[in-house]
Amino acid sequence: MLVLRGASYRYAGYAKPAVHDIDLTLADGEIVGLVGANEAGKSTICLVASGLAPASIGGGLTGSLTIDGEPMAGRPVHELAARVAVGFQDPATQRSGIAATVFEEVALGPMNLGLPAAETIARAREALGLLRIGDLAERDPSRLSGGQGQLVAIASLLAMRPRHVVLDEPTAQLDPEGTRLVAEALRSLAGTGTALLVAEQKTDLLDTLCGRVMVVSDGRIVADGPTAEVLGDERLEGWGVEPPSRVRLARLVQARGLDPALVEAGA
Amino acid sequence: MGPLAIIAIVLACAAVAGVAGRLVKVSALFTLPIAISVVLVSVFTRAGTTVLFTIGPFDATLEGVEFAAQTVVRLFAISTAISLFGMTTDPRAFVLDLERRGLSPRFAFVAAATVEAVPAMAARAATIAAAQRSRGLDTEGSVLARARGFLPLIVPVVLSSLTEVEERSLALEVRAFGRPGRRHLLWAPGDRSWERILRWGLAVVLALLVVARVAGIVPGTA
Ligand SMILES: Nc1ncnc2c1ncn2[C@@H]1O[C@H](COP(=O)(O)OP(=O)(O)OP(=O)(O)O)[C@@H](O)[C@H]1O
Ligand SMILES: [Mg+2]
Repeated sequence: MLVLRGASYRYAGYAKPAVHDIDLTLADGEIVGLVGANEAGKSTICLVASGLAPASIGGGLTGSLTIDGEPMAGRPVHELAARVAVGFQDPATQRSGIAATVFEEVALGPMNLGLPAAETIARAREALGLLRIGDLAERDPSRLSGGQGQLVAIASLLAMRPRHVVLDEPTAQLDPEGTRLVAEALRSLAGTGTALLVAEQKTDLLDTLCGRVMVVSDGRIVADGPTAEVLGDERLEGWGVEPPSRVRLARLVQARGLDPALVEAGA
Repeated sequence: MGPLAIIAIVLACAAVAGVAGRLVKVSALFTLPIAISVVLVSVFTRAGTTVLFTIGPFDATLEGVEFAAQTVVRLFAISTAISLFGMTTDPRAFVLDLERRGLSPRFAFVAAATVEAVPAMAARAATIAAAQRSRGLDTEGSVLARARGFLPLIVPVVLSSLTEVEERSLALEVRAFGRPGRRHLLWAPGDRSWERILRWGLAVVLALLVVARVAGIVPGTA
């Protein structure tokens, strides 16, 4: 379980916080979605929830981050890394640059954890299989498409078998098929008790993936609740978030004077 | 003579490795911003007896030109040597080898990131140059036009390389890269005996050169 309480974070060199008063709880096995317009503060919340802000990038944090009951303030980054895995938007900058093959890239995390070689290999194989990219194993990680790179980046995180996962727009570069694969992998991960936070612009993905969704606007959490409720909220577009197609379709149908239950039944 | 000899040796090695063209381009890219300022400052401010020409209150002296040429050649020699290393060394093998020799993985990564930055910067410079050109910036044409076009090119290259290194080290930290303690390495780079002999040989040559220089057998200036 990962808990943020009253967290406000200010980037190093800035006077004003980028996010204010963030309360966030990720229960074991739960997938929480985080939506918001550009610049709303999704990435910042991801950094704060993973402890990287301030542990790695500096800046000022008030409020607290607690993981499995233990306060994380002042912990070194490698200790945080053993508890929370974080994925970033751009697959290119997530490559280690020191692995010659995709397999080595995925194996790097478990290897860094100091696991025996056999265990490292088993985990890397498993993670590649989970995202169905076993056939990329011998490829050069610097010569992948954006989508393949993103799948490799996610596999690299999953290979560490984290108990908590924070993903910042994990499907930004993926086609629908890749997005579906990632969603499936995340669901099965949650099934093993891992807690996940997924920041996304794609509300359709969150709609099918998350039990709970939070909306961030202008650095503050403005809505937090069950997925259907939050993504169906009338104010969503006002916060700069496009409602999922299911909701838009229902509204369209309703505006034409038809029965929205027809859409729900079809969906 | 020293720097010129180094440049010649490096270029010969680069030609054998098939990267001579790229190497010259990248080294020029590294050297040019400093070279421009060195030339401007030293040509006009260095005191000297032989005045070549005068612009306003400034005299361009032969001594200044000499000094500038020397400095630029030295800078270029240094950047060719670094670039050659970057272009011909597999960063992964480099990191693992340093780690195997007992260096902290973190330091090894910094070293590797620096090595990897060279080809990455070259690629990015090409991309940015193309983008700037498409927006009407002159990166071809006269020397002066090129010099003017250079600054808007180099600034984004350096800045984006810096943020990329930062993001990348963050992503590595997340994968427990900074964890102290031993790792069970899955792979190790090969090390052939002639490579070992060559390395030791070069180290000996370096030591001899330093000794010779201190003893005053080899003159210091180019
Ligand atoms: N490294 C940084 N240093 C200073 N300010 C930053 C930094 N990164 C983000 N910010 C600022 O923090 C605020 C929130 O940005 P953030 O990147 O968290 O938004 P986001 O919701 O992830 O946006 P996007 O959808 O564009 O990824 C913005 O005002 C942004 O300018
Ligand atoms: Mg973001």
